[in-house]
Amino acid sequence: MKYLLMLLVCLLPTITYAGEAKDLAEDPVLEKRMVGLAENLRCLVCQNESLASSRSELANDLRQEVRDQMQKGMTDQQIIDYLVSRYGDFVLFDPPMKRYTILLWYGPFALLLIGLAGLIWQLRKRKNKITEVQLSPEEEQAAAAMLNPPKDQ
Amino acid sequence: MMRFWPFVVFVVLAGFLYVGLSLDPHEVPSPLIDKPAPAFVLPQLHDPAKRFSSQDMKGQVWLLNVWASWCVSCRDEHPILMDLSNRNIVPIYGLDYKDKNVDGEAWLRNGGDPYTLVVTDADGRVGIDYGVYGVPETYLIDKQGVIRYKQIGAVTAKNLREKILPLIAELQAK
Repeated sequence: MKYLLMLLVCLLPTITYAGEAKDLAEDPVLEKRMVGLAENLRCLVCQNESLASSRSELANDLRQEVRDQMQKGMTDQQIIDYLVSRYGDFVLFDPPMKRYTILLWYGPFALLLIGLAGLIWQLRKRKNKITEVQLSPEEEQAAAAMLNPPKDQ
Repeated sequence: MMRFWPFVVFVVLAGFLYVGLSLDPHEVPSPLIDKPAPAFVLPQLHDPAKRFSSQDMKGQVWLLNVWASWCVSCRDEHPILMDLSNRNIVPIYGLDYKDKNVDGEAWLRNGGDPYTLVVTDADGRVGIDYGVYGVPETYLIDKQGVIRYKQIGAVTAKNLREKILPLIAELQAK
């Protein structure tokens, strides 16, 4: 009885694996191509997961759709265009350059430039503040007196 | 003057964050607005032998409501659709999305049926064509078969009053 139970426990991972493998198509080349494409697409249900890794039902259906379209001989770009025409640019993890994405693409560089300009401005200002001041002879004497006070005091 | 800078930065950041709070990341703008509604021919829920084609709706303003018996927010939306249906303003067509026919029928029997007609999309293919990613979703389609409005998530009384009904009146007058 004990051994039978252990044997069953050993079988558990295999059973789980069989459940997950349901997704795999018969054609491994096509599957690889599908996964490569789906990795760059967003699952709309769990929005920070890719279409390749999501377990949601919609992601499942969309993966199947991608497979079917690949079997029909459509190119990757055609499939991406199809999905974008349905779900919008939001499905792309790599957002295209458009009027409303300019800030997204160039914003960080703009911030960097602003930061650099601020830094240079500050450094210049500081440099101006610490310019050497020429002392008059009296001032020099006063300074020497302060720096070397008479020893006997 | 310099010491006000941190405050200015704080105000700008707070402004961005405040706007961010009111945005819903689940509301993805649909690229299908002002595009022709994808055509479909699907079996009817109550009589699967009969089919319904979206082309038959040309010349009418109609609502296509995507729902399912397993969908929780559809329950919130249901009384609003029932009310809208009783007012006879616009025909509401249901698309039972990835559902079993028995479950869908039972759901309508128990809660009431606001739909002129219900079709079933068992494998979700038409759903993909319409860019459905969360149920319920509702599409307002005009006389030329163009999608004019998409509601993601449950239709609320406020949304119906302020957006959908005025748009229906405008489209029907055309």
